[in-house]
Amino acid sequence: MSNSITEADAKPNIGTVSTRSTEALNEPRIAIRNLDFYYGANRALKAINLDFPAGQVTGMIGPSGCGKSTLLRVLNRMYDLYPGQRATGEVLMDGENIIAPGIDLNQLRSRIGMVFQKPTPFPMSIYENITFGVKLHERLSKADMDERVEWSLTRAALWAEVKDRLHSSAMGLSGGQQQRLCIARTIAVRPEVILFDEPTSALDPISTLKIEELIDELKREFTIAIVTHNMQQAARCADQVAFFYLGEMVEVAAAADMFTAPKQKRTQEYITGRFG
Amino acid sequence: MSEHIVKSYETELNRLRRLMTEMGGLVESQVEMATQAVLNKDAAAAAHAMETDPKVDAMEREAEQFVIRMLALRQPMAQDLRQIVSSLKMTGDLERIGDYAANVAKRSLVLSQFSLNFPFAGLSQMSRLVKENLKTIIDAIGESDADKALQVWRSDAAIDDLYNTIFRELITYMMEDPRTITPCTHLLFIAKNLERIGDHATNIAETIYYAVKGEPLTDARPKSDISAYAVVRPAGE
Repeated sequence: MSNSITEADAKPNIGTVSTRSTEALNEPRIAIRNLDFYYGANRALKAINLDFPAGQVTGMIGPSGCGKSTLLRVLNRMYDLYPGQRATGEVLMDGENIIAPGIDLNQLRSRIGMVFQKPTPFPMSIYENITFGVKLHERLSKADMDERVEWSLTRAALWAEVKDRLHSSAMGLSGGQQQRLCIARTIAVRPEVILFDEPTSALDPISTLKIEELIDELKREFTIAIVTHNMQQAARCADQVAFFYLGEMVEVAAAADMFTAPKQKRTQEYITGRFG
Repeated sequence: MSEHIVKSYETELNRLRRLMTEMGGLVESQVEMATQAVLNKDAAAAAHAMETDPKVDAMEREAEQFVIRMLALRQPMAQDLRQIVSSLKMTGDLERIGDYAANVAKRSLVLSQFSLNFPFAGLSQMSRLVKENLKTIIDAIGESDADKALQVWRSDAAIDDLYNTIFRELITYMMEDPRTITPCTHLLFIAKNLERIGDHATNIAETIYYAVKGEPLTDARPKSDISAYAVVRPAGE
């Protein structure tokens, strides 16, 4: 029942062509092929096929337990930490299957960064929060490190607010600032892909808008995947949106099409608030 | 489609649909009265058509306010979004239809002061077709019926053809007898107004089709009002 991008590419004229979004999607940065995921015996993802276009935002929506967060956890192999959890199929990045055994996880996670639902600053200074991850992968001089800190904080739209207190504790920042610090920390290692797992669900509306603005900025340099429960947020941020239900990907489409004229009945019912 | 989890949202969507069909019904009766006023020289019907106009305008404002409120409070998606935005567009079309009907009614009062020695057969047939289309399209609003909308969209060409015929006929009468210029000019405007009512019904058809299907009607719109290019010359010239 999954409706992958490849299938859509093969026959792009579903329905009346002219109504589909004119904004084209880029070449995929990550391509998921026939992915299954198991929590023990429980099959949580079923034959997923999905492309993440480079330099664009892919939104993933669906009711709780539909598998969207599981999919994010597959992308940077977070599930490896837990025995009994396994993935089959392919997740291709530069032609390499990143869920195959033998992949260097440290290197993978520096290429695919993740930002979580609740801000998770380390109990150390703002400066050290940024340098912590960088030091795992690179040896930089003090000057280069200072530059990296400024670069990532600027990109996370936090520099102006913290530049005079880089060495005070990150725990003293507001929730919205903490989340932007986590984003800065993620981009400091210069990943290619950033995964956002409900990045604004714990934030106030203004902080939420700042993060959304940030995602819009970041997609120029990074490929982004975002899981969100906020439909309007998905509509605003994403170029492409995938709807998941009970471990299946029901539908994927350009965001503009998904929220004005989704094709599948289950998608329609979910996004209009008729079940979920 | 199953019901909304939020019952009050469902209630609002139903109320919006009711508002639209009510407004449609009002406009439909206005057009009925206006055409009766012309064809039967019925001054009471004309008065009724004109008096209805402020009611239609008030309903348009009510529907607009309601739509704006729903957009702000519900942040509708997919078919709900399409229904709500479409309603806003359709109130505009219905209001214009009401205006044209009122204008037809006004002109009927002037027209009734003249005795004309030619029949209104073309106009009578045209008004019948326009009223049929209007009734069908208002049913289509209430039932979200894309097929009915398509039917109206396709049958507008017949109205345009009749209008072209009437246009030429009236010019011929005016050339034959300049004393008919005043009533014939009013009749021309009346026919044009009816033709415009048909066009707005066609607009509504396109809107309903999109609201229901999520895809616009993409074929070229049937356009056959060619009176803009019509030349009628006196015989022998």
